[in-house]
Amino acid sequence: MEREVFFACGSDLMSDVLAYVGQQTLLLTGLTNAQVLRTAEMTDVSAIVFVRGKKPGEELRSMARALGIALMSTGLTMYEACGTLYMQGLPGRMPGHG
Amino acid sequence: MDDRFFVHREEYPITAGDFSAAGDASARIKYVLRKLGIDSALVRRAAIAAYESEINMVIHSAGGTLTLTVDRDTIRLLARDRGPGIPDIDLAMQEGYSTATEAIRELGFGAGMGLPNMRRCSDRFTIRSSPGGTVIDMEFTIGKESG
Repeated sequence: MEREVFFACGSDLMSDVLAYVGQQTLLLTGLTNAQVLRTAEMTDVSAIVFVRGKKPGEELRSMARALGIALMSTGLTMYEACGTLYMQGLPGRMPGHG
Repeated sequence: MDDRFFVHREEYPITAGDFSAAGDASARIKYVLRKLGIDSALVRRAAIAAYESEINMVIHSAGGTLTLTVDRDTIRLLARDRGPGIPDIDLAMQEGYSTATEAIRELGFGAGMGLPNMRRCSDRFTIRSSPGGTVIDMEFTIGKESG
């Protein structure tokens, strides 16, 4: 599965994701409930990284397949995962800035 | 076909406390709007607003309905619940104000962004509330994004 993203957002608060995330954004989160997928679906987030070694269950994986959303997992903490991607040139996006 | 009087209308029941089904109605709304060929940025705004209202009803209300109406110019989302109502709407509209429990916050919601985000996503937003229920009426203008 290939997905292109231009921004990233790290949050365990889906409320904030719904309020601040733009299109073609990678979501990093430590939550693995179904509402993470629903939030991604509504905001057109096309790829999710689960941090702190969290692994999505089969229900989430099949939901993601149906929605065409790429799921990834890392053992890094939220801070480290975001920092690593930011250092590689993947920016965040502040609300009201495009 | 003469589509001047074309109207698409669907109503979805929302069950209080049913977190596993929260988002099903909004997913359907997003699907319908896409199938109607509506601009993707507008579909996204309407889907986010629908989802926020659906989540709110699941968390805070005794249940209700979410109604989608689409005509040539406008998408309308009407969220109606059966109470208990919002005592202070001005306070509830403030970003960060929330009455959600810790359990809800652990699920990733209850940050006090729902109502402000619904207002931001919609082109017209009205809310009224009494102990008998809350009615949120949101409209989205079709054609604004491309024009």
